[in-house]
Amino acid sequence: MTERQQDSGTEPAYGGDSPTIVDSSTAEEQRTEDVTVAEAGGEIRQASLWSDAWRQLRRSPTFLLGAGLFLIFAVMAVAPQLFTNADPRQVIDLGLSADPPTGDAWFGYDIQGRDYFANVVYGARVSMIVGFSSVLGVLLIGVTMGSLAGFYGGWIDSVLARITDVFYGLPLVLGAFLLLSVMQNRGIAQVSLALAIFGWMTAMRLVRGTVVSVKDADYVQAARALGASTWRILTRHILPNAVAPVLVYATITVGLFIAAEATLSFLGFGLQLPEIAWGLQISAGMGRLRDSAHLVFFPSIFLSLMVLSFILMGDALRDALDPKLR
Amino acid sequence: MGRYIARRLLMTIPVLIGATLLIFTIVYALPGDPVRALAGDRPLTPAAQAAIRDEYNLNDPLLIQYLKYLGGLLQGDLGQDFSGRPVSETITQRLPITVRLAVLAVVIEVIIGVIAGVLAGIRRNSYMDNLVLVSTTLVVSIPVFVLAFLAQYVFGLRFGWFPIAGLSEGFRSYILPAFVLAALSLAYVARLTRTSIAENLRQDYVRTAKAKGLKPSVVVGKHTLRNSLIPVVTFVGADLASLMAGAIVTETVFNIPGLGRAVFESVQRQEGFVIVGIVTVFVFFYITFNLVVDILYAVIDPRIRYD
Amino acid sequence: MSQTLTTPDISGAAGAPVLEVNDLHVEFRTPHGLVRAVNGITYSVRPGETLAILGESGSGKSVSVQAVMGILDSPPGFVTGGSILFHGQDMLTMPAAQQRVIRGPGIAMVFQDALSSLNPVFSVGHQIGEMYRAHQGASRREAKAKAIELMERVRIPAARERVNDYPHQFSGGMRQRVMIAMALALDPEILIADEPTTALDVTVQAQIMELLNDLQRDTGMGLILITHDLGVVNEVADRVAVMYAGKIVESGTIDEVFTAPTHPYTAGLMSSVPQAETKGTRLQPIKGQPPNLAAIPPGCSFHPRCPHARIGSAAAADQDCAGDVPELREVRPARMAACHYSEEIFGE
Repeated sequence: MTERQQDSGTEPAYGGDSPTIVDSSTAEEQRTEDVTVAEAGGEIRQASLWSDAWRQLRRSPTFLLGAGLFLIFAVMAVAPQLFTNADPRQVIDLGLSADPPTGDAWFGYDIQGRDYFANVVYGARVSMIVGFSSVLGVLLIGVTMGSLAGFYGGWIDSVLARITDVFYGLPLVLGAFLLLSVMQNRGIAQVSLALAIFGWMTAMRLVRGTVVSVKDADYVQAARALGASTWRILTRHILPNAVAPVLVYATITVGLFIAAEATLSFLGFGLQLPEIAWGLQISAGMGRLRDSAHLVFFPSIFLSLMVLSFILMGDALRDALDPKLR
Repeated sequence: MGRYIARRLLMTIPVLIGATLLIFTIVYALPGDPVRALAGDRPLTPAAQAAIRDEYNLNDPLLIQYLKYLGGLLQGDLGQDFSGRPVSETITQRLPITVRLAVLAVVIEVIIGVIAGVLAGIRRNSYMDNLVLVSTTLVVSIPVFVLAFLAQYVFGLRFGWFPIAGLSEGFRSYILPAFVLAALSLAYVARLTRTSIAENLRQDYVRTAKAKGLKPSVVVGKHTLRNSLIPVVTFVGADLASLMAGAIVTETVFNIPGLGRAVFESVQRQEGFVIVGIVTVFVFFYITFNLVVDILYAVIDPRIRYD
Repeated sequence: MSQTLTTPDISGAAGAPVLEVNDLHVEFRTPHGLVRAVNGITYSVRPGETLAILGESGSGKSVSVQAVMGILDSPPGFVTGGSILFHGQDMLTMPAAQQRVIRGPGIAMVFQDALSSLNPVFSVGHQIGEMYRAHQGASRREAKAKAIELMERVRIPAARERVNDYPHQFSGGMRQRVMIAMALALDPEILIADEPTTALDVTVQAQIMELLNDLQRDTGMGLILITHDLGVVNEVADRVAVMYAGKIVESGTIDEVFTAPTHPYTAGLMSSVPQAETKGTRLQPIKGQPPNLAAIPPGCSFHPRCPHARIGSAAAADQDCAGDVPELREVRPARMAACHYSEEIFGE
C-alpha cells in the first residue's frame, strides 16, 4: 500500500469538472505512483526483499534439495576422505582393470585398476574450485565493466558494448577451448581464467541494466545532492540493486561453468592428468562405453548432480527474489 | 527500416573485426613451430623453411599478419592449410553438414520447446507444468557430452535405433546428434515460453479476447502465443549461431565431419588458418542471425519501428 | 433462487429483463486469505435501459461484471453462489461453448484501459473483424469491410486508411472508440462498460459518453455502466445501484437517489463532491477508509464510517449496526436501501 492509496479514502479528489468519488486516480496513475514510491524507498524495499526471499527459500523444496546436494558435494570437495578410505591414485590390481562395481568397490575399478569410487569422490574438488573461481572472475569483470558502462554511458558505454558483442560472438566453450589450446600448462587457474574471459558478458549486461535503471532514481539523486562521492553512490546506492539478479545468475552460472570445465577437460584441452577430474574420467572411459559403461556412468552422474544442485538453488533464488512471480 | 539495417550493418563491422582479431591473436600464440608441424617427419632445408615462413607471412608481426589476412578475407581468400588446400574449400565442404545439424536441432528445439512451454504456461503448477519444470532442470544440468553418451548408450547401443557415430546412414545419422545438440536450447525455449505465456495470460488483452467469445484455443494459440513468442524468437535466432559453434562437442562425440569437428582437428594439428577461418564463419553467422532477429522483431511486434 | 429482487420497473424501458443477476457471490482465494469481493448482489437490465453501478475502487463493481462476462481470473477468483440469467438461462451452469456464443452477440464489454485491453500485435481492423470471423465465419475481406463500417460508426476519422493501424498508433480516445466498435460488432443486447472514460481526458470523456448514449439509442441495447464518477452517472443512467464492500447498499432511479439518498453511504458520497446547490459550503468527506475485503466489518459493513451508526444498547432489537446485517429492502416505493435506520435518518 502506498501512502497515496491510504489517504485517498478521506480526501475527495476532483476529476476535472465532473464530480468524482474519491480515489479517482486511474489504474495507470496508481501504477506510476507505486513505482516512484518504491524507487524512493529503494533501500527499504531491498531489506524486505531479502527477508521475504529467505522466508520463502526455507520452505522451498527446490532450494532445500539443491542446497542439500550442494552441502554433500562441498564436504566431498573439502574432505573426500570422509567418504572413502581408498586412495584414488593407488593401483590396487591391474588385473581388475575396468571391472564393474562389486561390494568392495562400489563403482568398480578404472582402467588402471584403481578404486573408481575414490576417484569419482576426489573429482568433486576441482569442479568446485573451477566453478567458483571462474564465476568470481566473471563477477569481477562483469561488475566492473557493467558499472562503468551503465554509470558513465556515452562513448564508454558504446565501446564496452561493442567489446561485449565481440565476446558474445565466441561461445563460451569454443572461446575457452581455443584459448586453452595455446597454453602449455593447463591447470585449475588457466581453465578458470579462460572460462571467465569468455563468460563475463551476461553479468556485464545485467549490471549495466540495473545501473542504468536506478541511476536516475530519486534516492540516488538525493545522495548525489548531499555530496556523496561517485564511488559511494555506486557501491552503496546503485549496486545493491544488482545483487539479487547477479546472485541468481551467478548461482546458476557456477553450475554451467562446472559443466563447461568438464567439457573442456573431456575434449582434451581443459585440465590435464594427473589431475583428478570428472571430465578426464569420462574421456578415459568413453572408448569403453560398450563393455564398461560404469566408467562413463558414475562420473557423469556426479557431475550432473553437482550442476543440478546449483541450477536448483538458482531457480529457487530467482523465484524468491522476483516479486513479479509471487 | 532501410536506414536502420544500414546502421546495424555498419555496427557489425567493428564486431567482426574485433572477433577475428581476437581469434587471430589467440591462434598467433599457438605453441610449436607450424613449419616443423607442416614438414612432419621430412627434414627441410633452411631455405625451404624460409620459403614457407615467407609464404605464410610467419615472419611479420601480429598486426601485419592480421591485416594481410583481413585483406585476403575481403577477397574471399581464407588462406591454406598445411597441405596447401584452401581453407575456403574445407569450409564449403563441411559447412552444409553443420548447417543441416543445426537447422534440425533448431526445428526440434522450437517445436518441442514451444509446445512444452505452452502446455506448462497455460496452467501454472499443473502436472504438466511440473513435468516440464523438472525435465528442463534435468536437461540443463546434464552436460552436453554426457547427454551425448547417454543417447549413444540408450538409443544406439541398447535399443539400436540409431547409429552412434558417423554419417553413414543419411538422415537417421543426424537424429541423435541433433537431439543432443538441441537439448539445452530446447530446455531454455520451454522455460522461456512457459514464463512468457504465463505472463501474457495475465494481460488485459487476453481478458478482452475471452470477452469477445473466442475459443480458448484461439485465446491462447493466437492472442497469447503471438505476444509470447517475441522473446522466444530472439532467443532462437541468436541460438542458431551458438548451435553451430556448439557442434564442436556434438560433432566430436558423434564423429560427424562438420565444421565443429574441423575446428577440433585443426586445433590438434595446430593449423592456425583453418581455426581462424572456421571460427570467423561462426562469428559471421552469429552476427548475421542477430541482425535477422532484430529485423524479425519488428515484424512480429508492430510497436517496434526502426526509424 | 432465494430472493429474486427484481427492481421495480421504473425506467419506462419495455420488455422483460435481458440480464438478471441474482444473489451473486464472488471470492478470491489468495495466499493472504480469502477476499470476498462480491457478497450477494442482485440486479437486472432491460433493453434500452442504462444501469449505473457506482462505487469506489474495491467495492466489487468491476468484479461483479467480470463474473457476468465469464472473464474472472480463475484462480484466484471464484463465483461461489447465485445465478446470472441471460434470457432466463443461467450462464454459470451452461456449457462453455454456449457461454461463448453469448459473449459478443449477447453481452459485450468495453474495458477501462483500451491500450492494454487491445492486443498490441494485431491491427485494429483485425481485432474488430475477428468478431465476425469467430462468430459468423466471415472471410477476411468481409470482416475487414465490416470493421471499416464499424469504425466509421464510432466516428473514427479516416477509418479506411486506419483499419490496418495498430492500437499504439491511436490516441486514447480513438482507442476507446476501437474498443467500443469491437464490442458493438455483433449488436449485443447488453453492453457492459467498465469505467470506459476513466483513463481519458475530460473532453474526450464527454465525447465517449455521448457516443455510447447515441449508440444505445440507435440499437436499443441495455447498458451497464460501471463507474465511480457521479457526473457520468447523472448524465446517462436511468437507474443506479450503489455498491459498498461487495454489496448493493442502495438502488433506485437516478434522480431520486441523487436528490434524496436513503443510505448514509450514498448521502456521504453526495456531500463529498461539489454540487451546484452546495456551492460555497465545505465539502464533507466520508470519514475513514474503504473496508479491506479480506476482513469486512460484521453487521453493516459501512458502520465503522457511518455517522448514524447505532451500536449495542443504542440499537433497536436485531438492528445493531455492528452485528446485524441489514437486508436490501424497499424503503420507499421503487427505492431499495440496505440500512436498518433508513426511514429514521432520511424520513419516509
